[in-house]
Amino acid sequence: MSKNKPILYSYYRSSCSYRVRIALHIKEVQYEYRAVNMLKDGGEHYKEEYGELNPMKQLPLFIDHNGEPISQSLAIIEYIDETYRQPIKLLPEDTHQRAIVRQIAEVIGSGIQPIQNLKVLRHVVKITENPEMKDEWAKFWIEEGFVALEKILERHAGTYCVGNSLTIADCFLVPQVYNATRYSVDLDKYPRIQRLNNSLCEIQAFKEAHPSQQPDVPKEIK
Amino acid sequence: MTSKPVLYSYYRSSCSYRVRIALNIKGIDYDYRPVNMLKDGGEQYTDGFSELNPMKQVPVLIDKGHTLTQSLPIIEYLEETREGPKLLPEDPLSRATVRQVAEIIAAGIQPIQNLKVIRKVVQLTGREDVKPEWGNHWIDEGFKALEVILISCSGMYCVGDSLSLADVCLVPQVYNALRYKVDMEKFPVIKRINEKLKKLKPFIDASPDRQPDCPKGV
Repeated sequence: MSKNKPILYSYYRSSCSYRVRIALHIKEVQYEYRAVNMLKDGGEHYKEEYGELNPMKQLPLFIDHNGEPISQSLAIIEYIDETYRQPIKLLPEDTHQRAIVRQIAEVIGSGIQPIQNLKVLRHVVKITENPEMKDEWAKFWIEEGFVALEKILERHAGTYCVGNSLTIADCFLVPQVYNATRYSVDLDKYPRIQRLNNSLCEIQAFKEAHPSQQPDVPKEIK
Repeated sequence: MTSKPVLYSYYRSSCSYRVRIALNIKGIDYDYRPVNMLKDGGEQYTDGFSELNPMKQVPVLIDKGHTLTQSLPIIEYLEETREGPKLLPEDPLSRATVRQVAEIIAAGIQPIQNLKVIRKVVQLTGREDVKPEWGNHWIDEGFKALEVILISCSGMYCVGDSLSLADVCLVPQVYNALRYKVDMEKFPVIKRINEKLKKLKPFIDASPDRQPDCPKGV
């Protein structure tokens, strides 16, 4: 079976794509970046070509080294963790700790981000007939989620989100903080989240995965 | 002190329903603690419950002194700590396919039609009638994608011919779909698999109408 470089369909500031980029960089996996512009022409992810690859019409989409497609960032990252075991594993050995890592990932990945996803924002603007609702709505749900996340981290964080090793939870936290910053969430209200985010952003893999370092980042943002 | 796990659940919470199905498939006996999501503004918002789960949501599973939240991590924990039928295949790619389907439902559809989000939309628009529209819209949209995905990966069940986490997530989401009057005739693969699953005992026993807190007459 031929083995090719894996491919990641990504948008520079899609937080879900950002999560997977972090995991790939932590694992030092060489991959091909295929940019999908979520704004151009109404969104390239809505084109038939991309829809055939991912019927959910969302990012990210990962094509593994055997050409098999996988969508949904947490499914992709668990696959990456199971397939590339070096240099570190992104889930602890202990079953309770693993559940906590996944819990934090899900609090972000299903408890916060889907509600402030672009397609939901567009729909909210449409039904309220209020363009300002976009930012208000996103900020509201991120803040609500962060209040809970701060308490969860109080119980479980050490150097990183869960104890003292990097895990999937950290791959989820940083992109969500990036979103929070875009929607003017005051991070001083969430000191643990802020501290963790600041430490994680110093790590090389996280720097390489940052939106500003992606091939499709607009020139004016670089 | 009981050694049985304790599940905080609401009869028609689809996320709780997923965990109930998984517990039943694994043959795990548990204590059911109802959390009424509507009474007095919602028991999930009480201090006592928030202490258990800062997200103020069901389900919560207490097992061997550990407090676990979020339905998919709970089920993955049961998968890793208990004997009984497996809900994830062995090979990484099949596991990824199962998790992908589960996540499409648990992250791609359900959170957007969650009670708290619907309440917020009603509040912002001042319209109660936006509730069924909103729920229907997001489930219908998600099911359009899910139907295409299942066409390529399903067999007897969501992923091939083995029962998995994907099936555990499917049935509660179809339950929600029916509540929001989604036209299931548009989704023949989802409909077929759901009908097959609903005949299985673990799914029957987990259904909302079989729960201790299901209101009489429902």
